[in-house]
Amino acid sequence: MLNLLKNLDRRWIFLAMLLAVSGPILAQRPFPEKPTKLVQDVFDYVENLDEGSNVLLALDYAPSSDGELAPMATALIRHCCLKRHKMFFMTLWPDGLPLLGRNIENILQTEFASLNLKEGVDYVNFGYNPAREVVIIVMGTNLRKMYPRDVNGTDLDEIPLTANISSLQDMKLIINISAGYPGMKEWVQYAASPHNIKLAVGSTAVQAPQAYPYYPNQMLGLLAAIKGGAEYEAALAAKYPQYDDPKFKEGIRRMAPQFWAHLLIIGLIVLGNGIYFAERLQRGRR
Amino acid sequence: MKRETLIWTVLFVAGGLFLVYRGLTADHGFGKSYVKQVRINPESQTDLRIKYVNSRPGVAGAEVSLPRTVGLWLSAFFTLAIFSFLYRDNMFYKIAESVFVGVTAAYVMAQAFWEGIVDRLLAGLTPQLMRGWALPDLKATQEPNYVYLIPLVLGIMLLWRLAPRGGWIARWPLAFIVGTFAGVKLISFLQADFVSQIRSTIVPLVVVTAAGSIDIWASLRNVGLIFGVFSCLTYFFFSVPHRGVVGRISRAGVWFLMITFGASFAFTVMGRIALFAARLEFLFDDWLWLIDPKGKRLW
Repeated sequence: MLNLLKNLDRRWIFLAMLLAVSGPILAQRPFPEKPTKLVQDVFDYVENLDEGSNVLLALDYAPSSDGELAPMATALIRHCCLKRHKMFFMTLWPDGLPLLGRNIENILQTEFASLNLKEGVDYVNFGYNPAREVVIIVMGTNLRKMYPRDVNGTDLDEIPLTANISSLQDMKLIINISAGYPGMKEWVQYAASPHNIKLAVGSTAVQAPQAYPYYPNQMLGLLAAIKGGAEYEAALAAKYPQYDDPKFKEGIRRMAPQFWAHLLIIGLIVLGNGIYFAERLQRGRR
Repeated sequence: MKRETLIWTVLFVAGGLFLVYRGLTADHGFGKSYVKQVRINPESQTDLRIKYVNSRPGVAGAEVSLPRTVGLWLSAFFTLAIFSFLYRDNMFYKIAESVFVGVTAAYVMAQAFWEGIVDRLLAGLTPQLMRGWALPDLKATQEPNYVYLIPLVLGIMLLWRLAPRGGWIARWPLAFIVGTFAGVKLISFLQADFVSQIRSTIVPLVVVTAAGSIDIWASLRNVGLIFGVFSCLTYFFFSVPHRGVVGRISRAGVWFLMITFGASFAFTVMGRIALFAARLEFLFDDWLWLIDPKGKRLW
């Protein structure tokens, strides 16, 4: 038995992982989530902002991180729509541009069609700028130098919503959904710290440990990975009962596979250590 | 038949049979993408342009979109092709990998050209020409801004590296980039990561609440924070031998570091599982229609 386990083909572990993740997805039985302080702080800030406040949404991620970050991006945009905040979308990632369009189409134009949100009045899509962190540095004092036009090519002076916006300092809140560079760190370094602008961050799991030291002084709160997204959905559902519906809980749904996959990994770690110690014991006896 | 060929054959036949079974038994089939037409500017009397948006099947005006359906099947194929690497390296994985790298590189290059070169550099230098060619919404009053000649010249100098002679010319713009970024990064790191982080560790060891009582948990947290920072710094302080008290503190620092690395690893695992779950959800929901958690197909 020990020999069999020692020489177990890794592909059996992959198969076990496939079953551990696919089973809960097919079963569709989510676990309850409770927002932690880091997430609740962001929720409360968005909730308590005056209706119609300027919120910049910098979605700095690509389709490769969409599975992890889309639930939190959706929940945050949904919350901004509910509060009728004025939304300014932008991305520093070239392949993040279609995701901006998708969020605007699916959430603002479809889900909130009844609000009749108008481009240029209720929201603006600045689009993509290839200058990375330089975009943030310059936008801190002059937004038009980096984005003279919106994504459709319309001059910012001709858009009612941006006519009186001159820099990042006109934003009540910056929400950055980040998958790496440029992203969370750059927004802290070039926007939140030098200009004292409130910054809320949603990050991938890989990046989250780098973000924690910035909380709470340089960062309002943190939505760390899919768990952060799930917690924000829970906070939204608690405040707005119409969102206490499985179809609005993409993040919460993905926490059940997390649970079983983590259980499997913990079991495998215990098993691996057990094999190691059993082998040592066997060698000692010889 | 070789064992590996047998496994592949069984997998393909089983997968194919499942798709046929699914197609025959499911009420509405599977693997189709629906769209409907909407006006881009519904309030305008003159702007009659339309666009196609995703739609639920069964609603008025919804129709199957052939291009999006092909895209859906390609997505499913590439997802499975990438997963096939877990069995072993194979032709399908290599195709998927090459397509992914090629498409990404081309997309990023095209984006950089239009957003960087056309929309900024050329629009800044020759606004009239750009308005006639690519940017019709450019302001008619916009004057050429010759400051953009500097990045143009620096860019050309940077590309000089590809020329057979005079490669040294590329060093000047490179020096400019390195110098500029070193300056920018130095200031921002000093402010956001050095001074601000030191300030964040200046916290009271005994936290007293507004009511005058001691908040034990907050106090313990602050003590842990200070001790963690101090012990980690001691571990990296090599000017004194790590013996006695210093050795014990530095040993505690190692524990803090290990816990940090463990948390990082656990976060990484969580991230990868989330991505894996998202791909499986795509296969089960969008492609095979086995589940419908978002209510996308309420007939």
